[in-house]
Amino acid sequence: MSDFLKIEGLKAQIDADGTPKEILKGLDLTIPKGEVHAIMGPNGSGKSTLSYVLAGREDYEVTGGSAHFKGQDLLELEPEERAALGVFLAFQSPVELPGVNNANFLRTAVNAVRKARGEEELDAVSFLKLAREETSRLSMSGEMLKRAVNVGFSGGEKKRNEVLQMRLLKPSLAILDETDSGLDIDALRIVAEGVNSLRGPDFSSLVITHHQRLLEYIVPDRVHVMAHGRIIHSGGPEVATLLEKQGYKQFLEAAA
Amino acid sequence: MPAVSETREAVEKLAKSNYEWGFETNVEMDLAPKGLNEDIVRLISARKKEPQWMLDWRLKAFRAWQDMSEPDWAKIKHPPIDYQDAHYFAQPKKKSGPKSLDEVDPELLRTYEKLGIPLHEQEMLAGVEGAGQKTPVAVDAVFDSVSVATTFRKTLAEAGVIFCPISEAIIEHPELVKKYLGTVVPVADNFFSALNSAVFTDGSFVYVPKGVRCPMELSTYFRINARNTGQFERTLIIAEDQATVSYLEGCTAPQRDENQLHAAVVELVAMEDAFIKYSTVQNWYPGDENGKGGIYNFVTKRGICKGDRARISWTQVETGSAITWKYPSCILAGKGSVGEFYSVAVTNGRQQADTGTKMIHLAPDTRSTIVAKTISAGQSDSTYRGLVRMQPKARNGRNFTQCDSLLIGDQCGAHTVPYIESRNMSARIEHEATTSKISEDQLFYCRSRGFSEEEAVGLIVNGFCREVLKELPMEFAVEAQKLLQISLEGSVG
Repeated sequence: MSDFLKIEGLKAQIDADGTPKEILKGLDLTIPKGEVHAIMGPNGSGKSTLSYVLAGREDYEVTGGSAHFKGQDLLELEPEERAALGVFLAFQSPVELPGVNNANFLRTAVNAVRKARGEEELDAVSFLKLAREETSRLSMSGEMLKRAVNVGFSGGEKKRNEVLQMRLLKPSLAILDETDSGLDIDALRIVAEGVNSLRGPDFSSLVITHHQRLLEYIVPDRVHVMAHGRIIHSGGPEVATLLEKQGYKQFLEAAA
Repeated sequence: MPAVSETREAVEKLAKSNYEWGFETNVEMDLAPKGLNEDIVRLISARKKEPQWMLDWRLKAFRAWQDMSEPDWAKIKHPPIDYQDAHYFAQPKKKSGPKSLDEVDPELLRTYEKLGIPLHEQEMLAGVEGAGQKTPVAVDAVFDSVSVATTFRKTLAEAGVIFCPISEAIIEHPELVKKYLGTVVPVADNFFSALNSAVFTDGSFVYVPKGVRCPMELSTYFRINARNTGQFERTLIIAEDQATVSYLEGCTAPQRDENQLHAAVVELVAMEDAFIKYSTVQNWYPGDENGKGGIYNFVTKRGICKGDRARISWTQVETGSAITWKYPSCILAGKGSVGEFYSVAVTNGRQQADTGTKMIHLAPDTRSTIVAKTISAGQSDSTYRGLVRMQPKARNGRNFTQCDSLLIGDQCGAHTVPYIESRNMSARIEHEATTSKISEDQLFYCRSRGFSEEEAVGLIVNGFCREVLKELPMEFAVEAQKLLQISLEGSVG
């Protein structure tokens, strides 16, 4: 039961103007239950692709390997089934849904997932109470619940809205795709706190980031370095510090 | 893109699902023979026990209609309609007029129940007595041309509001009917209005006296039930100075094999500072997946802001009919008067809709707003056709028009045909139009949050229509969302 998320030899490609382009080239990664792992890597190494493939985006074609979560073949499941199973992806660029009320969206999402997990659905009143608590915890204005999902939100507001969704959906595996980008130091701290408070024996997380800074606040159990569609190095939190000082060069050379 | 192709598959699959409300009521019908001639017009008038002036009016319309031909400018296609191959009068057989719901044919009441019409909902009844608890809704139920039950007449009568079947108004309030009928939509206005004027069998009549705010939302449910019976509703609403009224119209129709013609006429008259809000949720049977058997909906709806600062607001959610031909319009004759048109039109399968509005600015400082949302799926075709006209006296006239189209799949069509005519230099007219598809990003985002693809499409479409849906009265908004959801389940996703 220690292998919560197990990815083996994962290969995935995307259709780039008619020609397939391989982005993940045999990726191995295991995240045990209750651990927080970080992935760092240069632009174009396939970090976001990995997060999309795990969440089930259909533009990416998996051509090899496997990904299991809680013993289930993740790649066989629809995106909404993965969400019900406990997978959550905090988007790098959260999508705008014009006219869709944020509170309504959140409640419907929470209840869809609760229903699929065999839990009781929340009525409007108890949901709103919960949502208000969570928004104030993330120092978000309650006004944001009334607005259309992500429409007219600043970059920081969008990211906080992702963390809000994560906290409400209570995932067992949260994938954070560069959630720190575009955040100032205060927002970063708040977002990190939002993640840290979920940490526990039943919560695992994959934190994708460019910067070591986020990892000062969300201290990972393991750090993986990704390049050219593979994990090329894994180690403890010290890897992040090393990367910050010396860059990717030594890892890339060692892997070459 | 895989998700989109899947949506399309879902659309195609679900388009084949049966029309949820396609059932028929077995009530004995009193049918006029097929065909249309002066004798039929006389028969209708006689059956309705109408006075001579009404018969003369009908005959005048019939003679005008004989000289007219069907309009052919709309972007719709259908086989020629044989006007002689339909019954123009159908009436459930009954001994005498029911005095209460107890006397109404239980078969009819069961039909309403299936449709979810809250005709005798306890909640609503409590709404009358438990003052201010919940705004009650008065329902004038039109069952195949004859109103069989009217509720809340008493409360309305106390406020001085007249709300009754128009056939009754012709007998009881001839002076009002004579004064206003045909003043907004003249009998020979168009082919279908002339036909309606000749053979209309029933509809609603509303009169709100000076200074009266109608104490409840007025609501009529239409339902076509007899095979091959053309339905010709006639509605007339008059709001005197400072009067306010909100009228809700909704309809569902049972499944049919043959096309049915529906040619209603609605006339609204708003005097000084009056406000008329007219909301429609339309769900006529759209036909099967091949487009066979749906309703032809050729409607003339027009309101006039006669008095200064009068306001008329049309809101419509159109999900049904094989063919929709409908342009709720406003004539802004009073100084500073306001016309509004909020519309959602959903087409799927082989539905065709050519709909929009006309805003005719006659007086200074008149304002109009048009928000039209079009959603096309399947192999349907939808056209927004709108006219904004500023007459020479419409000094400082203002119009804002927004037309948004949402396409689902790659076999449907959406068209926007705006006509803009300005004869006054100080008038300002704005037109915005967008066409979009539901994006892959939006679908994936929703699904990653636990929504199924169908739910995600429903959510996005509802968001797309929000500006219009929020214009609906509370009582209707839930029903409209439900209807949109049903038509999405059976059509979009």
